[in-house]
Amino acid sequence: MLKRFFTCLLITSGLYLPASVYADGAGLYARHCAACHGAEGNGGVGVPLALPAFLKSVDDAFLSKSIRDGRPGRVMPAFSKLSDVEVKSLVKYIRSWSDSPAATFSTVAVHGNARHGKKLFAKFCASCHGANGEGGHGTGVTFSRPRDLPIIAPAINNAGFLTSASDQLIKRTLMQGREGTPMVSFLKQGMTEADINDVVAYVRSFEKNQSNQTQESFDKEPLTLAYESPYDMKGTIDRVKAAAKGKNFRIIREQKLENGLVKQSEENPNQVIVYFCNFQLLNQALTVDPRVGLFLPCRVTISESKGQVVIYAINPKRLSKLFNNHELNKLCDGMYETYTSILEEATL
Amino acid sequence: MIMLSQIRAMLTALLLTVLFCNSFVHADEIMMVRAQQSFPEAMSKLQEQIKAKGYVVSRVQRVDIGLTKSGYKTDKYRVVFFGKPDEIRHLVKNYPELQAYLPLKISIFAEGSDTILVAANPHHLQKAGGKQLTRLMTRWEQDIAAIFATMREDE
Repeated sequence: MLKRFFTCLLITSGLYLPASVYADGAGLYARHCAACHGAEGNGGVGVPLALPAFLKSVDDAFLSKSIRDGRPGRVMPAFSKLSDVEVKSLVKYIRSWSDSPAATFSTVAVHGNARHGKKLFAKFCASCHGANGEGGHGTGVTFSRPRDLPIIAPAINNAGFLTSASDQLIKRTLMQGREGTPMVSFLKQGMTEADINDVVAYVRSFEKNQSNQTQESFDKEPLTLAYESPYDMKGTIDRVKAAAKGKNFRIIREQKLENGLVKQSEENPNQVIVYFCNFQLLNQALTVDPRVGLFLPCRVTISESKGQVVIYAINPKRLSKLFNNHELNKLCDGMYETYTSILEEATL
Repeated sequence: MIMLSQIRAMLTALLLTVLFCNSFVHADEIMMVRAQQSFPEAMSKLQEQIKAKGYVVSRVQRVDIGLTKSGYKTDKYRVVFFGKPDEIRHLVKNYPELQAYLPLKISIFAEGSDTILVAANPHHLQKAGGKQLTRLMTRWEQDIAAIFATMREDE
């Protein structure tokens, strides 16, 4: 009996080990990567991984570390919970899109004059990669709006990039460029190998300034902005609308919170949502991160309980932290001020 | 001597434990899926799936319409609101601050011939009630994950 029990135990364990032992690269890719990088790796919110010149110029270590560490503040999350076998399977699957073998690089560090590299960087690289290597704006190649470039310039000052890319990988990319992207060969642009070493040394120096790039904890922020109103329900709703209009928002809808969930006659009249929108701001937000529908539309909920009216709004600062997008964080800091100001004005 | 019933119970417990652990290994803050279907097909399928899980679709916000009317270029972009009336009433009563986040929502938008769906992992709301909300948030997360899995597989 005991023998059978342990046989069953082994079989049962075996059934659930495959996630780590028999990891299926295609399945893992579909589950974790395809939403952003495209079903065939052609890009979307994420960069186009199937680009032949990209796959030819990076080694497996770059891909593995990128999966593991992500890009703090640049949307790509860190898949720290995947097993080593799963990461390997993912890399193998991504590699299956190209016939070219993976690049290999020596681990020898590149030495150069970072000060001279900084000047060259400003002249040759900053127009795409940003003055401080912060990368292009927005996410991925395209989303719900057209973009001019097949790929946005990566943030080469990003902690995730610097951990993933070896000196030799950066050097080879500078020397050879990447076909099919705006990244050209800088040897052909007139730089010498010594110049390129200097640029690599400068890029590597970004590592010293990484303190602000860690994924911030959203738990520090309160979940909700809540303000007690000295006015009655109707008076508060009117004041919320006026305050939102005063901040250049258009009131798009007023409804009971339960609207559409229960019969109209059963809706609780003491919970009302006011939706409002500034389409210019919305367009800007979608350009920064097309996933911001989770904030949409802007709204506050006015609720009355035991004679006390309270206004509730999401806390944009907290919600933005879920997105791992520093650009969005900046926008949400502004939204936080706007929400606070509307709530304060409505309850003044 | 271990009885057969005891062994069964042990195996069941083991299975449940492994399943439970497995389902949380890859919990992400943002849940996202690519459906290789056109936007109208995916939109229709999403609403069917939400209803199949016992939720009521309360409203669909057409974000793209407002943007287009205001002169901005955009592809199809909608937000689908949904919930279970009893659960929402319970939460509003006991955790009033959650009103700001209810009903639940899924963003859905076109990307070329594909459609992308995004939802915040409900566990981010747990701060309002701590462990008391774990079971509900876990079920919401599992329901959204199941809906997304169907959207991904139904190509």
